[in-house]
Parts: sequence; C-alpha cells; structure tokens
Amino acid sequence: MKFIKDMLDKAAPEFAPEGRFSRFNALYTATRTFFLLPSESLTRAPFFRDHLELKRFMSFVILALIPVTLFGIYNTGLQAGLAQDTGQGFISNWVTGARIVLPIILVSYAVGFFWEILFATIRRHEITEGFLVTGLLFPLTLPATIPLWQVALGISFGIVIGKEVFGGTGRNLLNPALTARAFVFFSYPGSMSGNLVWIPSIKGLDTAVDAITSATPLAVSSDQGHITQLLADAGFTLSNLFIGTYPGSIGGTTALLCYAGGLFLIITRIANYRIILGGILGLSLTAILFQFWSDAPSTWMSAGPILHLISGGFALGICFMATEPVSAPGTDMGRWIYGLSIGSLTVVLRVVNPAYVEGVMLAILFMNIFAPLIDHLTLKYSISKRVPNA
Amino acid sequence: MIELISLFIDSVFIGNILLSYFLGMCSFLAVSNNIETSTGLGFAVIFVLTITAPANWFIYHYLLAPGALSWAGLGHIDLSFLKYITFIAVIAAMVQAVEMVIDKFSPVLYTALGVFLPLIAVNCAILGTALFMVERNYTLMESIVFGAGSGTGWMVAIVAMATIKKKMRYSDVPDGLRNFGITMIVSGLMAMTFMMFSGITL
Repeated sequence: MKFIKDMLDKAAPEFAPEGRFSRFNALYTATRTFFLLPSESLTRAPFFRDHLELKRFMSFVILALIPVTLFGIYNTGLQAGLAQDTGQGFISNWVTGARIVLPIILVSYAVGFFWEILFATIRRHEITEGFLVTGLLFPLTLPATIPLWQVALGISFGIVIGKEVFGGTGRNLLNPALTARAFVFFSYPGSMSGNLVWIPSIKGLDTAVDAITSATPLAVSSDQGHITQLLADAGFTLSNLFIGTYPGSIGGTTALLCYAGGLFLIITRIANYRIILGGILGLSLTAILFQFWSDAPSTWMSAGPILHLISGGFALGICFMATEPVSAPGTDMGRWIYGLSIGSLTVVLRVVNPAYVEGVMLAILFMNIFAPLIDHLTLKYSISKRVPNA
Repeated sequence: MIELISLFIDSVFIGNILLSYFLGMCSFLAVSNNIETSTGLGFAVIFVLTITAPANWFIYHYLLAPGALSWAGLGHIDLSFLKYITFIAVIAAMVQAVEMVIDKFSPVLYTALGVFLPLIAVNCAILGTALFMVERNYTLMESIVFGAGSGTGWMVAIVAMATIKKKMRYSDVPDGLRNFGITMIVSGLMAMTFMMFSGITL
C-alpha cells in the first residue's frame, strides 16, 4: 500500500489544476479513491445525515447485489444445462453461467466507464461510485441471450441520456440502469421479450446464437385451469419461484436474495423502508383486488399477492431500483405514495397489458417521472397542515 | 358508462395527446417553467377542450358532414372540406370567451398566462382533439369525455414537466443543451415511460 501511495503522491502535482494533466484530474481522483480513502466527502447528492456518504452508500448497494449476481450466474448456467441436457453439475453450471454472464457485465462496465470518464474529463466533474451500481444493475435486468452490442448501446444511452446530460451522478431524473433497459426494450423487443430469449444455447456460445424456447412464469397462461396449477404444471412451484431457479432475466429471478438484499439495505439505512414496504403493500392490495374481481382463473389476474410478489423482476426492481434516492421522492409521505403506486402499477401492467408481461421496470420509470410532482404535492399538503406561527 | 370511463383513461394515459401524439408541444415547452402557471394553463386547456369538442361535434354533424344538412333539405351537400377552418374558428371564438371569463374572475391567472391564453386557440392539441373526434366517429357523449380526457392528459404532462424543471434547477446541464435542448430530452424520456401503456386495450 505504501508503494501505491508514494506513486500516487508523486504524480499528484501533474494532475493539480496547473499541472500537465489537469484535464485528467477526475481519472486521478478516481484511481486514488479506489486504492486509498478519499480525503474529502459530501460534495454532491445523495447527502446523508451521518457517517454514510456516496462512496459507502454505493459500496453497500454493490455488496447487496453480489449474492444476486452470483445466483444469476449460477442460474443461467443451470437453465442452459437443463434445457439442453448437457451434463449437470454444480461446477459446470457455474462455469457455463460465468461464460455467458460475465461478458455482459464486462461490456456494461467497460462501455459505461468510457462515457463516465469522457464526461468527467471534459466537464471536469468527479467519477463517482454511482456508476458501479448502474453498470451492474443494468446487466441483471437483461436476458442472458442479449447480444453484447445491444448491452453497449443500452448502457451508453442510460449513462449519457439518463445521467450525464443532467450533470452526472446525483442529478439524474430517471434511474439510469432502467433508462438503459427501457431503451433496449423498446428498440429491440425481439431480444428482450418473448419465449426465445431467456435460455442461451451452450453450443451457441461458440457459433451462432440459437436460443431455446422457454416461457417465463409471467408468460404462462391458458384457457382453462387455475393459474397456480398451470404454473406448477409448467414447473414453477412456489418454492422455486421464491428461490429463483427458473428462466428469466439474469438477476431478476431470485426473489429470496433480492428481498434479503433489500432487507440489508433497509437495516443499513441505505434504502428507504417506506418505498419497499409501500411497493409490497401496493402490489399485494392490487393483486387481492384483481383476484377478487377476476373472472379468468387461468390468467395472472387471479394469481393473488404471493405469486405476484415472488415472480418476475418485482423483487429486484423494488429493492434496488425504486429505492435509488435521487430519482425517488424526497419526502416521507411522498415515498409511501411512490412505493404504493409502483406496486399497484406493476400488477395492473402484468394483468391488463398483453404487450409487456413484466411491468415493474416501466412502473418505476413512470413513477420516477412523477416523483417531483409527488414531492411538490406532499410539500404543499404539509405546508397547509402547518400551524401558523403567529 | 364503463365505455366512457375506459375512453377517459385511454385519452389520459394510453393515447396521451401530448406524449403519444406530440400535439400541443409549443405551449408545453414554453409555459412549463412555473408550476402554478402550468396548472392554470392545464385547467384552461381542459375547460376549452371540454366545451369545444362537443361544440365542434354539433357543427360537424349538423352542418359539415356528408348528408348533415338533410334537416334543411340539402342532404346531397358535403361540406366536410370546411372542417379545418370551421373548427379553428369555433376554437378561437371559444378561447376568446374563456379569456374574458378568466380576466373577469381571476386577473392573477390572466396575467400569469399572458400571451399563452390566446395561444390556446392555435394549440394543436385542441384542433387535434376535434379532428380525432371526427376521425374516430365519437358520439356526443364520447366527444365530451374525450375532450375532457385529452385535456387532463395534457395537464398531467405539463404539470409533471413543470415539477421536473423545478427539480432540475439543481442539475448541471451542458451548455449546448440548456433550456429547450434538455426539455426536449426530458419530454422524450417522459414519452418513453408513457409507452408502458401502449398495447393496453380497454
């Protein structure tokens, strides 16, 4: 460590405002904080009232995401193996999964980092840890067969249009990872939805991609029978929906680890519990309402709250994306409203919109747009409740 | 009744006049700098749309549509080519009336809206609604609901935009993108999120 510190100290004058490489100061600072602790903190949102600051904030989110990522890698390998009847084994699942998932994550990080450095260098702001979260969350929302150039395009859109044009980390309007996903989703629906995209072909790794048909649980539907039974027939029992061993987006299948990560973030006070609880509550209430009025027992309308809670990307979305403090409302009442709306919109989209079987991503983006309005209205309401000081 | 509620929801969210059809952009971009003003303009647009849509419906179905003049014994005449100019005239007259009413009852809102109130007359959202109403063969009741729904959708969009602009006072937008540039980007992102309703049939 001493060696690195000496080297960095020696290089410091070159990167100072009047040094030769002053333009690359952001890069220097990033390298320095990566190896050593930052010398100053708290210069930009999200601000916190105690020892937490942006760096620790983002590292904790990464920490909570690691189990989800690891499970995603394992599950991708498992699904690919299951579908193709190649050898099944704990180790080989990991290896296959890693061969498929790691390139996606690497491309996302590399391309995103390129834009981050470019903007930091030209606009002279810092490179922040916020990008580490965005660059990992985005791949987790993608199906494993996504072409790598689409990953690159998506993360570019998310970082540049979703974040950097507003001035970088802490100023974005929408969640950058979700902006990236929505961009890819609407631009290349063929590689993001349907039954063909969820399981990568192992042979396809070396030659052309030929994917295997598999429905995600949210796409299960039929004319007769009850949805719980239909899901069980298709191999989606409650327990494997909860644990996450079924085809789906890389990190979105494991409700267990996502909720565990969410709990960790709540305990460490990084995620606001109001958003997560509000989301779960809104989802459950809406699901119960739909179940009550449902006249189609074989569709997701009559699935009930438990199934809605554990399937699809809801857990990932509500725990890691809805809780992003910059794009969420800043008032406590606003956070409840925001969470509740995301939960109920998710169910509404799952049930009534035949075009998109998974609604949580769009629900969060939609509420991101209205977060400032929610803040405005709750502030006005609080002000109207205030006892005059006269 | 259910159909009317569906039509209302459809015109507010699924077929949002501003974010799905991009009508009424000019005042959306120009007036969204202040939350109070955009709320006021939003209400004005809802009001104008709710009265001009049925007014235009009457005029179209009793004067302009092919065979509409049969009550006067002139069933063979087709005046529908006059619909653009007639609709504009009706809208302008209505807006003039609304302007006088607002001036009388809320001078504050009147000054705040300034030149944009008369500009409602040439707001494409208003004419667009009237033309959609003709194209989709709405009944009188439907056209009233559609007018109110389109207006509400427009208001939702402009108020959301105004609050977003307020939040963005803290952002650090590159010089070339200040004001209109970033507003267009934000409108695009808003339209992208509103795409979540596309595909829903009520």
